[in-house]
Amino acid sequence: MTLVDTRTPDPKRLVPGATGDWEIIIGLEVHAQVTSNSKLFSGASTTFGNQANSNVSLVDAAMPGMLPVINEECVAQAVRTGLGLKAQINNRSVFDRKNYFYPDLPQGYQISQFKDPIVGEGEIIISVGPDRQGNFEDIEIGIERLHLEQDAGKSMHDQHPSMSYVDLNRSGVALMEIVSKPDMRSADEAKAYVTKLRSILRYLGTCDGNMDEGSLRADVNVSVRKPGGEFGTRCEIKNVNSIRFIGQAVDYEARRQIAIIEDGGTIEQETRLFDPGKGETRSMRSKEDAHDYRYFPDPDLLPLEFDQAFVDALKANLPELPDDKKARFVAEMGLSVYDASILVSEKAIADYFEEVAAGRDGKMAANWIINDLLGALNKSGKGIEETPVSPAQLGGVIDLIKDGTISGKIAKDLFEIIWEEGGDPAEVVESRGMKQVTDTGAIEKAVDDVIGANPDQVAKVQAKPALAGWFVGQVMKATGGKANPKAVQNLVKAKLGIED
Amino acid sequence: MSVDLATVKRVAHLARIAVTDEDAARMEGELNVILGFVEQLSEVDVEGIEPMTSVTPMAMRKRTDAVTDGSKAEDIVANAPETTDNFFLVPKVVE
Repeated sequence: MTLVDTRTPDPKRLVPGATGDWEIIIGLEVHAQVTSNSKLFSGASTTFGNQANSNVSLVDAAMPGMLPVINEECVAQAVRTGLGLKAQINNRSVFDRKNYFYPDLPQGYQISQFKDPIVGEGEIIISVGPDRQGNFEDIEIGIERLHLEQDAGKSMHDQHPSMSYVDLNRSGVALMEIVSKPDMRSADEAKAYVTKLRSILRYLGTCDGNMDEGSLRADVNVSVRKPGGEFGTRCEIKNVNSIRFIGQAVDYEARRQIAIIEDGGTIEQETRLFDPGKGETRSMRSKEDAHDYRYFPDPDLLPLEFDQAFVDALKANLPELPDDKKARFVAEMGLSVYDASILVSEKAIADYFEEVAAGRDGKMAANWIINDLLGALNKSGKGIEETPVSPAQLGGVIDLIKDGTISGKIAKDLFEIIWEEGGDPAEVVESRGMKQVTDTGAIEKAVDDVIGANPDQVAKVQAKPALAGWFVGQVMKATGGKANPKAVQNLVKAKLGIED
Repeated sequence: MSVDLATVKRVAHLARIAVTDEDAARMEGELNVILGFVEQLSEVDVEGIEPMTSVTPMAMRKRTDAVTDGSKAEDIVANAPETTDNFFLVPKVVE
């Protein structure tokens, strides 16, 4: 592939070195496991975590005479992903053999796509920020290609002093390798790219994006150069399996390369490994083993062809993607771009929001989810899927504020009770006597009591009308926060003879 | 196109086939005869002709996404020289 520079060097992304500023160039190859029941070329299950070699057919074990037959759903998933990346869909693609030797690759080659991938150029819009002014910057990152390939098996090296254990359950599971253009210029951009890509895959339902189980892993290509100069020699950091590690790997690798060049050295193109424990990258393969994959078209497989009608049908059934959802939340529900971005970041959060917002004030729903729900989830280390407060319950809390049953302040307490103990918000309010006091008589009495007990303050308030706030506070305190603040305020002002 | 002795040894290494120096020297000759034979094909003018992918015009067969195989770990590892709990055991591949 020819490298095209799509970006103008931006001073705020440069990193300082001893000899001046440097620009980091990043390209990513993301391996995303295709969501499917069975493998790419065999009828064995793709379930994670089963007994060793139980999800293996004779095809996956590369027994002699076995022939691959492609899973049409994996093809559909790759096309859906391509459409989600606004990419060129190739109605004809070819499978090749990528030859290398490793114990977890029983065929001795991986069936992959080399010259003619199923998906060509596309793009992802990433959002970086917020900066000090609270603004986000949208950046377009090019997609070079997406191709289908087989995953390898899994080796374990820590079970035995002299032997490695090989489990072929993952062998033959379909992967999409999604290759970006070298369009990223900072660790933050690389992290934003993987986050956005994962979000798109999850919206599409084409990959579960679970990095812990290895469903999504990234090879990170990093090089450095003087701003706007020629691309430098890159190093590839293999199989980084968390978004945080991707950021750390980029930063470490950039510093390492800058130090070598500034010391008068040169960067050798090589494959490196990220060690999360030490937060550093280190060389993985010696030059002697430099890979020579000897690609050639797989004679067991005809070219993969489908017609435009197949693509159109998939396109017609594509779900709403994060960018479109964000635009709709802003346009139709009046949310800020910032709030909308947070809500669409995960499909499950967006779904939760839409359920709460249905028939309610969208902005209010957004505020409660972003400030209270996500805050509480974050604090307790839970994901949205594990939320103890259901959309119906949160909706119930909002309804009670809206119809004046409880004040916004009491609502926070109510939310906490629902979070801890569950229950129907309306019933909890009823049984715990949390109802807002709107009975003017009761409020009036409380106001009178406070005024009667504080003659000093009453004397001062004529000169200093802002003191009315103090009276409101005292009344709220006296009523356990249940008085309607608006009503208290009006009464206090009326009784003290303060004009608005 | 032809291969030299070093290439023969490198290809053998990539395929993890043990080849003695003596065999490698013999194979260099044999491979070059084969390559020379195949080379004759390049004399044919194939300008503008699509590569043939199948003798009969047919599309690639596809399967539906159903689990139809697996659950036979004992069969899978039956021929392995060494196994434990249906894992294949191989000489350690990392230091």
